Amino acid sequence: MSTVDGKSDVLLQLNGISMQYGKGETAVTALSGVDLTVHAGELVAIMGASGSGKSTLLTIAGGLTTPTSGEVIVEGQWLSTASPAGIAALRRRTLGFVFQDFNLIPALSAIENVMLPLDLDGWKRRKARSAAMDALRSVELESRANHYPDELSGGQQQRIAIARAVVGTRRIILADEPTGALDSATGEVVLRMLRKRVDAGAGGILVTHDARHAAWADRIVFLRDGRVVDESVGHSVDTLLAPVAQP
Amino acid sequence: MSVRQSLLAILDQGPCYGYQLRTEFDRRTGSTWPLNVGQIYNTLDRLARDGLVEKLEASDASPDATSQIYFRITDAGRSEVAGWLGSPVERTAATRDELAIKLAIAVTLPGVDIARVIQVQRAATLRNLQELTKTKNATGDPETSENLAWLLIVDSLIFQAEAEVRWLDHSEARLARAAATGHAAPLPLGTEIPKRGRPTKVVPA
Repeated sequence: MSTVDGKSDVLLQLNGISMQYGKGETAVTALSGVDLTVHAGELVAIMGASGSGKSTLLTIAGGLTTPTSGEVIVEGQWLSTASPAGIAALRRRTLGFVFQDFNLIPALSAIENVMLPLDLDGWKRRKARSAAMDALRSVELESRANHYPDELSGGQQQRIAIARAVVGTRRIILADEPTGALDSATGEVVLRMLRKRVDAGAGGILVTHDARHAAWADRIVFLRDGRVVDESVGHSVDTLLAPVAQP
Repeated sequence: MSVRQSLLAILDQGPCYGYQLRTEFDRRTGSTWPLNVGQIYNTLDRLARDGLVEKLEASDASPDATSQIYFRITDAGRSEVAGWLGSPVERTAATRDELAIKLAIAVTLPGVDIARVIQVQRAATLRNLQELTKTKNATGDPETSENLAWLLIVDSLIFQAEAEVRWLDHSEARLARAAATGHAAPLPLGTEIPKRGRPTKVVPA
């Protein structure tokens, strides 16, 4: 097994991740020996056709799914050795999900939605509110703090979801088709916000089937049949021609 | 050809001289399509020949009488501009897309790893797309008309690159299906020797 990357700014590391559903002849391989590292200040896009394993990889990175083999290390902590309660705490404190359909709680205002993970983590109300306001400010929606989700546009709701994903100490954003339900121009505003959060020191994985959205990332990893077939870095040609990883 | 109409449309705002037209064209297209002055003068000559612009006497164009030759749009030129803006850009002749031809040929050759050809192209196109997006992100919302015009061009390049990636994904899936059904065999050279010269006329019976 690989060890944690020596650099201190590694937020998330996946080593040799394989995922198999079922056993024997009917087994389906969703992922096969995938390695992925996300540093602070880095957005990594995962592209691939439907069924290529990209969403599975995201749920594994977030500790929602346990891989058949391989190691997930979130801010230096091995998920395989953590208890379910430990993983849940890690999720509350270190990483946030952004989904296609926003997943805001309709009965809570924007700021209450953003505060939610901090409330669950036992933060004092005042401190949580102040941290949530900071997060809302970072997505330029502090003026909508007391609005309810149904009073906000789709783009604004998604920006609230991004604020929730990065509130408090959370630095890892796991986004699954975050612009899927938005029109092209609104989607771009959301991606710009995501990019801004990452540039401010967060790290993120962006799962998308849309090349135009993936292009906001620093690196684009291409999955086919559960394997990494391409890796495109904006400025380096060398990594592009690296041999395809074999399981 | 849109350079001709673009220059004409700019001249609709007032008389210009050649170098000035180049500058105007550049600031309106984000310098993404550089024209040389020779090209501008050739176009102006043809426009004058066709009666769409006319040369001005130096004293008519500017009171301080510089040595520049100014061109002014004619009524015929104005109606050409209106016609251009009011009609779609026709892309009738199938463009010989270099990449499409390359893939089409590659798929008929033995021993070519076509999946690799697609991957290499996709990675290059994605890189291009990343660079364009970075450029766009650094600009923010347009604050001037020049900026807006330039962003329109960057967006157009982004959408073209995206379309290419989607087409490559589609081709990859199509090839995989063809390979699975045994329809992706290379084409050997034809055994029938093609006759030289023009094809013979077929006389209807």
